[in-house]
Amino acid sequence: MTANSVQPGIVVAAPGGRIDWRWIVSEFYLALVRGLTALVALFLGWILWRIFILGQKAVTWEFLTAAPRHGMEEGGIFPAIFGTVCIVVLMIVFALPLGVLSAIYLVEYAGKGAIARVIRAAVNNLAGVPSIVFGLFGVGFFILFIGRGLDTVLGVPAAQPLFGQPAMLWAALTLAILVLPVVIVSTQEALIAVPASHRAGSFAMGATKWQTVRRAVLPQARAGILTGAILSISRGAGETAPILFTGCAYFLPTLPVTEIFGVPVVNPLSQFMELSYHIFIMATQSTNVAKTLPIQYGTTLVLLGLTFLLNLSAILLRIYFRRSLRKRH
Amino acid sequence: MAVDIRALIAQQSARRQRGQELREWLIERFLLLNGIVAIVLIALIFIFLFKEGIRALEAIPLHRFIGSEVRSFLTGQKEFRMIWQPVSTDPKYSIVPLVVGSLMVAIPGTLIATIFGIGIGVYLSEVASERVREIAKPIIELLAGIPTVVLGFFCLTVLATLVQQLFHTTYRLNALLGGIGVALVIIPVIASLTEDALRMVPDDIREASYALGANRWETIWRALLPAAISGVSGAVILGVGRALGETMIVLMAAGNAALVTANIFSPVRTMTATIAAELGAVDQGSPHYYALFLVGALLFTITFFVNLAAEVVINRARSKLKL
Repeated sequence: MTANSVQPGIVVAAPGGRIDWRWIVSEFYLALVRGLTALVALFLGWILWRIFILGQKAVTWEFLTAAPRHGMEEGGIFPAIFGTVCIVVLMIVFALPLGVLSAIYLVEYAGKGAIARVIRAAVNNLAGVPSIVFGLFGVGFFILFIGRGLDTVLGVPAAQPLFGQPAMLWAALTLAILVLPVVIVSTQEALIAVPASHRAGSFAMGATKWQTVRRAVLPQARAGILTGAILSISRGAGETAPILFTGCAYFLPTLPVTEIFGVPVVNPLSQFMELSYHIFIMATQSTNVAKTLPIQYGTTLVLLGLTFLLNLSAILLRIYFRRSLRKRH
Repeated sequence: MAVDIRALIAQQSARRQRGQELREWLIERFLLLNGIVAIVLIALIFIFLFKEGIRALEAIPLHRFIGSEVRSFLTGQKEFRMIWQPVSTDPKYSIVPLVVGSLMVAIPGTLIATIFGIGIGVYLSEVASERVREIAKPIIELLAGIPTVVLGFFCLTVLATLVQQLFHTTYRLNALLGGIGVALVIIPVIASLTEDALRMVPDDIREASYALGANRWETIWRALLPAAISGVSGAVILGVGRALGETMIVLMAAGNAALVTANIFSPVRTMTATIAAELGAVDQGSPHYYALFLVGALLFTITFFVNLAAEVVINRARSKLKL
């Protein structure tokens, strides 16, 4: 039963053959609404088309696998892709367990108590905090408070800070807090979508609360939780403001990798290059903005492709999830 | 013997049950702990922002955040000016131009997005056929998924020239361009919330309206939108919150000049863009550094209350329509 399942028959002319102004006015506004939607869709199409056409000229195998050269005016963006993947993985490692477990508590255990209400209100509010505020927080709390604090405790000289400087770790933590509401809300929705009868059935067979959650609820919510995780990754990969000062670098001569016993390992205390930051900095502050325009379009295309692939898989997963839930009912 | 075994089994199952109860208890506490950590992190944002922001008030007298006496170049007279110029021999910390800048972007942005967002919401809920909606809705969601830095880049490289040619503006980057960019971010927000609000209106109202002889648009305009007004206005308020908080687009497209102006074609600098542009170069512990946190705290407070208002309005709409 959808909203527009109810529709009157169309009466073209009023009785007596006069022009039906009411009908004309109605059709005019309906056309207007259609037009507004079409305009936005076309505009979106135009943005994407332009970025695709100009970007695909720049995107070659070399562009994806090489480092920038000649003062960033040539070469590729591999370090930025690498940095984006690293930071997003690190972010989701922090955000997913915390978010999923909080959501399980909220939906399955908390009920409507005071704590639950405070958590819900806080989570809703966090979703509306401007992303640059997270950047401020990242600098003030992670880098200066925790990072400098660790350095002081460990006796690291302030001139060569180990923790008290922008780094991948701090940027990932900042982003993790940013996407926390996304993880919590989508997990909540996935859990709520599991029919109450399944829980009742599990309890009736003598299962405990946790056994019910673990064996009856979570398996059905898995796809929904995964959708939330993918959406958070896509969101995290696209955010720039929170990482401007918490770890991004304009250019790094080497990848943020160190060797531990001869095995290359990503160094979370190093700065990193990142796709969205790369776009921003190349478009606004590179020495020759006009000359690097193809690189900017290429980087934009790569970032867009990445986020679209992620969002598309989330949308498909959600459709699959809804279908499989409906089948079980 | 048989009695013994029964007792043993009872004892064992009691022990198992006790173990299970302990495990259940521990798991519940652990889950609660996670929820609390989530809250504490959120509370920390609030605390840190204000803790650092308040230190700005210790370093700089409050009235200087409004404006200060500046000797005019022309007349040599001292006059009251509202200037944000934190890096100079005589630093000026008036946040008025930043607040004005934020409004100069957020107001046109929200206006544009309201027209398009409500139009799209009405279209998706009331006009589009099922099949068209199934295509149109993901497209709008796609728009919501574009990273803001990409929209900012597009505004900067393509749209800026277009807007300048269209309006013959002096400056290529200006408040209007920032507003258009911000509108792109909030159109999907307003559209999807408007659609939700309209879908929550019970079919009875549609049927009653049609039964009274209203046609489709009259039903939408006179019956459905008034019924959904709280949800729709909540959507617009949420849009305002987003517009005030948007950073990358305004940083790239709004021109970055901290001016007190009502001219929509003039470059402006928002609170968000100021933080983004200056935090990287500031000395930690300087008045300028704390002033940026104060701007952040102000931004946080404004968006907090705007979002709260939106939530209250939307919740009221939900409870009203559930009756």
